[in-house]
Amino acid sequence: MYIEEQDFAAKKIDWNVWKRLYRYALQNKKLFFTVIVALVVVAAIDIAYPLFTKYAIDHFVVPKTIDGLGAFALLYLALILIQSSGVITFITFAGKLEMAIAYTIRQDAFLRLQELSFSFYDRTAVGYMMARMMSDTSRLSDMIAWSLVDVLWSLLYAIGCIVTMFVLSWKLALISLAVLPLLAFISIRLQKSMLKHQREARKLNSRITGAFNEGIMGAVTTKTLVREEDNANEFNELTGKMRQASIKSALVSASFFPIIMSLGAVGTGLALTLGGQGVLNPQTALIGALTAGTLVAFISYCTQIFDPIQQLANILAEMLGSQASAERVITLMDTKPDVTDSAEIIWKYGDILDPHPENWEPITGNITFDHVTFQYKSGERVLDDFSLDVKAGQTIALVGETGAGKSTIVNLLCRFYEPTEGEIRIDGTDYRQRSQLWLQSSLGYVLQTPHLFSGTIKDNIRFGKPDATDEEVMLAARLVHAEPFILQQEKGYDTEIGESGARLSTGQKQLLSFARVVLKDPRIFVLDEATSSIDTETEQLIQNAITHILNNRTSFIVAHRLSTIRTADRILVIRNGKIQESGTHEELLRQHGYYYDLYTQQFCEDRTAESLGTAKQEEEND
Amino acid sequence: MKKNKKKILIEKPERKKTNWKLVGELMHGYRHYIIFATISVLLSTAFSYAVPYVTSFTLDYVIQGISTSTPKFLLSLVESLGGRDYFVHSLFLCGIALFFFTAMNCLFTFTRRQNIAYASEGMATKLRNRLYRHLEDVPYDYHKHASTGDLVQRCTSDVDTVRRFVHLQLMEIVRTFVMFILAAIVMFSVNVKMTLISLAFLPFLTIGSFIYFKYVQEYFTGSDEAEGALSTMLQENLTGVRVVRAFGQQKSEIDKFTKLNSTYREKTYKLIKLLGFYWGLSDSVGYIQIGLSLCMGVIGVYRGTFTLGNVALFTTYVAMLTWPVRQLGRILADMGKAGVSLGRLDEILSAPVEQEPGKALSPDIKGDIVFDNVCFGYDRYNDVLDGVSFTAKPGQTVAILGATGSGKTSLVQLLQRLYVRTAGSITIAGTDVNDIEHGHLRENIGIVLQEPFLYSRTIMENIRICAPCSTEEDVYFAARTASVHEVIENFEQGYETLVGERGVTLSGGQQQRVAIARTLMQKAPILIFDDSMSAVDSETDAAIRKSLLALNQEGITFLISHRITTLREADNILVLENGRITQQGTHSELIHQEGLYRRIAEIQDAISEGGNA
Repeated sequence: MYIEEQDFAAKKIDWNVWKRLYRYALQNKKLFFTVIVALVVVAAIDIAYPLFTKYAIDHFVVPKTIDGLGAFALLYLALILIQSSGVITFITFAGKLEMAIAYTIRQDAFLRLQELSFSFYDRTAVGYMMARMMSDTSRLSDMIAWSLVDVLWSLLYAIGCIVTMFVLSWKLALISLAVLPLLAFISIRLQKSMLKHQREARKLNSRITGAFNEGIMGAVTTKTLVREEDNANEFNELTGKMRQASIKSALVSASFFPIIMSLGAVGTGLALTLGGQGVLNPQTALIGALTAGTLVAFISYCTQIFDPIQQLANILAEMLGSQASAERVITLMDTKPDVTDSAEIIWKYGDILDPHPENWEPITGNITFDHVTFQYKSGERVLDDFSLDVKAGQTIALVGETGAGKSTIVNLLCRFYEPTEGEIRIDGTDYRQRSQLWLQSSLGYVLQTPHLFSGTIKDNIRFGKPDATDEEVMLAARLVHAEPFILQQEKGYDTEIGESGARLSTGQKQLLSFARVVLKDPRIFVLDEATSSIDTETEQLIQNAITHILNNRTSFIVAHRLSTIRTADRILVIRNGKIQESGTHEELLRQHGYYYDLYTQQFCEDRTAESLGTAKQEEEND
Repeated sequence: MKKNKKKILIEKPERKKTNWKLVGELMHGYRHYIIFATISVLLSTAFSYAVPYVTSFTLDYVIQGISTSTPKFLLSLVESLGGRDYFVHSLFLCGIALFFFTAMNCLFTFTRRQNIAYASEGMATKLRNRLYRHLEDVPYDYHKHASTGDLVQRCTSDVDTVRRFVHLQLMEIVRTFVMFILAAIVMFSVNVKMTLISLAFLPFLTIGSFIYFKYVQEYFTGSDEAEGALSTMLQENLTGVRVVRAFGQQKSEIDKFTKLNSTYREKTYKLIKLLGFYWGLSDSVGYIQIGLSLCMGVIGVYRGTFTLGNVALFTTYVAMLTWPVRQLGRILADMGKAGVSLGRLDEILSAPVEQEPGKALSPDIKGDIVFDNVCFGYDRYNDVLDGVSFTAKPGQTVAILGATGSGKTSLVQLLQRLYVRTAGSITIAGTDVNDIEHGHLRENIGIVLQEPFLYSRTIMENIRICAPCSTEEDVYFAARTASVHEVIENFEQGYETLVGERGVTLSGGQQQRVAIARTLMQKAPILIFDDSMSAVDSETDAAIRKSLLALNQEGITFLISHRITTLREADNILVLENGRITQQGTHSELIHQEGLYRRIAEIQDAISEGGNA
């Protein structure tokens, strides 16, 4: 069902993907070009250093004089200072570029995520989206900014070296650089093979993580089944494989540098031999006359030229490695939302970034489902020709098995999905004639498992109405009887509740989520009830809160605990996307159908639990 | 409660000292690799230093005919070959020497990495295996309080931090020192004064590196925290997307995200700026050092105390040294991190494993189970069980009824010795359970938990996990007994369906039944069903019990349930209230007594007969 975290093993670089991503770099033209200028300066000075050594040897060392050494030293110093400011500039600007790219990609992707429909969220795991937004984006921005630096520097430096060598002595250059093409070829091959082995090791590594996870989660079962020995043996086999793969990968990368350097040494050796002859016997030498300084500079270049070649191979390999990240991020950005507002509607009612609430018609709360059919894109039909008329202020309860279609009805009502056929009218108008925000701003929604955000209690209650005063917040809390527990907290309303409300009990979270809805004062209220029961005392509190909220609003309750819905105006038993039973609590009990069975069963369980007493929670069941 | 525990687990070990004994233990068997790697470092450094020497020799001796800069032993060797003339005519020898020394440098660089890879991977494998086994051997209580996420985190990323340190940085420290010492020896032997000048800046660079990398940690933390905040906000937004939409709060969420996103950008940019300045400045210090050597060398040559070859040699050595010295601070910072990781792992490994409290016998398990005045509490102040006594005979079914927290689960856990009782005695066929080796004991007691854990493999493999040699027919039989055969056959891939973390999720009832089948394969004389049919409907429950009864006629079966229909056929029903047995007997006995059993039976009866609403 979920999109699996796949290891897209790219074989080739898809330049279109990168071109699109480089557009992000070009959005910051100033940064981009500053980096380039700084790099050109740095590379030029890097190339010039051996020439300085050459000059020193030819003009001071060999003739044994120090005339002009002061000026030489000063020039050298100046060059160093220029270069180090060049280095500082390109590192800081490339860093800034990297962060700017990451920032923009994240902004764009987040905006897209806020627009995407629930059909996307239903089939995509949160972890998958998190990985796209965080690690993939980091990896990409790092690649885009720093590969620019590396590629440019390497190219400039390599070309500069080669040109200088040719200028110094084209014959010697030709001979000592003969190994270069072979070297470039081998570099790329080795890098690719390194990548392959690394991937292998990474795969095994994630299997080891899985094994640890299973070993720890299933530790108790393993104990009772006396599987310790067998499990450990299987695990050892896995780590053994991991070890072999890692060693293989390490050996390939360990051989990379030595192979390149040895090959390079062939060129350097040739340069020393032939260049030495050029210095010694200018007349007879194969390559013609050469000064000692030129020879030293030449050898310098010969040893340094391999650096940029390695770098380039490295970048190509890395691009291959991040190809998957790039594709995944682009796929996310290209995903289109299913539920959208048309241009005219946006013009009139606004969109999420710029709503025009002044144009919104007020909602009374009459709701009509008119022959609504809904099916997923996969073709699975969840709701079939469903019709329902609800008067403003009525409470409708939905009962049925998991997968019967209750949640779909609610999701359609909230316009998280839209009907495939038929229409849903609010106060007589098809809701597609209005903006999504128009409906959702009048909607109160409480989830099965209450979801809170980190921040203070006050922030959370205020979530749906950011401009509410403190008095309004407190009033809302009081109405759902949340105030007693809030005041017991260390800082009352200003208490931080931790990540997703980690510091609160489920019941307390539930009460806060009710207060949040009360403050928003919606016309339409939806409650997706929790399946698990909470302790009786809290349940009573929640019951009171619900009763208060239902008052005067059109409400839909997806019920699991039937005790909640006895007072509902209408109870619908949903089965296979259709209404099977419909009526008030008393009417349905009289029918002796599905509702009757469900109710008696729950009643029995509740009474049993009651008789057994609500003993203190056994410690192992926490 | 779990949350606090996790916090303690995370915070406590931070300042723990590195346990070098653990490092020694882990390295055992891999020490020779470390020694080989160290030798390789020495050799590769020596050869890498020989390379500029070849150039220097060629320039001074061969080209210019200066012999003062060449050491005596080399000079006599050269003279024996035919002196300068020989080299002038066979200049290629210098080229070959240069190639040869580079190649040797490369060879030993490779052997260094090879040996260190064997050592680090071997060590990591050993560490992983030990952690895994240790976590299986710690007592039940440990897992009840531990946080899975935290443990997995330690077993994976902390192990990796230690591995990476050994793999990438241990030898780098050795190499930096070897390089420095060898360079100093060679340079001092050439010219003491020039050496002092050429190495003048290195101590500053080293100290600067230490200070910088200590300082930069703060910025790293700042950037990490900002990233964490961004990621938390994102996680909350994505998991709460329904709430955000239903409240129409996309805009304020985007604002929140923008703020955190830009904080992260600023914080990280600060860090990168710091990095930029460090590399830029230390670069210039390095180059100034080289320039200084060059200029002073030129003056030396002018005065006749230095040679061209010396200049080339000194500048090259200085250039070779600056890079590793600049990195030294970083390596030490990483060493600190590796130490912290090691401390955290040591904490896991030093948790005591399950002990045998008695004689560790492996007797025959067929016989009476006798609980005599058994008491138990997780801590000294709260008794979970308080003087429980009963006897179960082979062939009997013992049912237990009780509220959550009445001690039912503890009772059967004591029997399996997942916990050790605090007072009283528990015997099986006359042997104290404390004297029975725990593996033997548990092999003979099959237990099915209310929320069973299935391993991430096929259903077939899961069921036969305790009996790997069993035939498929055996598995089918067990599955039929647990009324799950048909269900499995209806899956697309039947028994080959992958379940658990990486496979399909079975419903609660299906999981329970697969677990029952798995336990049946154990063919244990004692079976415990700890509310393990709660997610199965009453009819299937009855069917399973019927076939179980037929199967386990000689053994003892424990049933824990809230359903009177499940309990009523048992030979002995125990009613547990607050750790004490308040009623004991058969259904017909208990139904005629005033008490909890009758109250519950009446409620369930009334409803199943369909009177009440």
